[in-house]
Amino acid sequence: MNHASSAPPAGSAIISALIAAGVEFVTAVPDISTSTGLLWPLSKEPALRLIRLCKEDEGISICSGLAYCNRRAVLSMQSTGLIDSLNAVRSIAVEYEQPICMLVGLLGRNVEAPLNDTQTYSVRIVPKLLEAMGVRYVVVDTTSDVALIAPAIETAYAESRPVVLLLARPVAAA
Amino acid sequence: MRRDLAFEALAAVRGDAIVVATYSSAFEWQRVAPHPLNLPATGAMGQGSSHALGLALGLPGTKIIVLDGDGSLLMNLGSLVTIAAAAPQNLLHFVCENGVYEANGSHPIPGRGTVDFAALALAAGYPHASTYSELAPFVDDLPRLMQLSGPVCATLKLTAGETPLKLDYRWMHGSKTRADFKAAISSLLPSKG
Repeated sequence: MNHASSAPPAGSAIISALIAAGVEFVTAVPDISTSTGLLWPLSKEPALRLIRLCKEDEGISICSGLAYCNRRAVLSMQSTGLIDSLNAVRSIAVEYEQPICMLVGLLGRNVEAPLNDTQTYSVRIVPKLLEAMGVRYVVVDTTSDVALIAPAIETAYAESRPVVLLLARPVAAA
Repeated sequence: MRRDLAFEALAAVRGDAIVVATYSSAFEWQRVAPHPLNLPATGAMGQGSSHALGLALGLPGTKIIVLDGDGSLLMNLGSLVTIAAAAPQNLLHFVCENGVYEANGSHPIPGRGTVDFAALALAAGYPHASTYSELAPFVDDLPRLMQLSGPVCATLKLTAGETPLKLDYRWMHGSKTRADFKAAISSLLPSKG
């Protein structure tokens, strides 16, 4: 693996991937691991409308309402916000089969260890929770992984199923 | 005022609006005004207002009405702030205030009788909010509420309707309900390409 492809994903590349996937709206609660690299640049991107949320589960419902209108959206949040929103994920995304696409920052992940072995409890349990719920997830750890984002969103909408994009390292600026 | 009578008045002016409704209001509304553009927003309590916001942003040319519950809104009070900030002009947010968790044993909501939902909405940034305790003034004001540029909040102080609610959870949670709604809303969507 060359140096460039193993570098952390850049926010600009993620934004381009969202736009390429037809995303028009981003609902978000700020997360320090994506704040500088992703959320601030995204807030200035004219092709995306940012809806700032008070609480993460609002975003699941807003994305669901938009999906009924054939308008694509993602919810950006920290892993703790995902954990707080699991009932909405369970009901709206899984049982009601809505294409809820979530960008989840893994604050506290030990990048030297496999995701399932990281010391931070709120990070370590996330893949297991998603597996238990039958929610598909994609790990976005490096620059090359950004190429997985648009197809994952396309599949979520094509199959009307949720997907979680786990941003496993702090997103780099530019 | 009685919920069934208030909903009958709303049905008379509803037109082609999409109506998102929660729990007891969803059952009552479906009995009073069945329509393919009715969407029960349940399963995750409190999410009706946020679903309505998504629909309002996605279809800015269509009136979106949400029949929220008082207990439901208390579970997602921040949505008032999010909605006010997003400022959808086509969103009419009713808070059906009966003071209890009717679908869960009729226990009182916290702050029953003291919490003022219209005041909360105004404080959150809604440009318009009002409260109705009697049917006649509500019926008189409904056409104006439908015309106001939103987001608009209207609290309805309600008692149960005359007919006992049929708690049809199979309808509420069933995949057919959402499939029917998707089919109905597709007629409102602009064609792609």
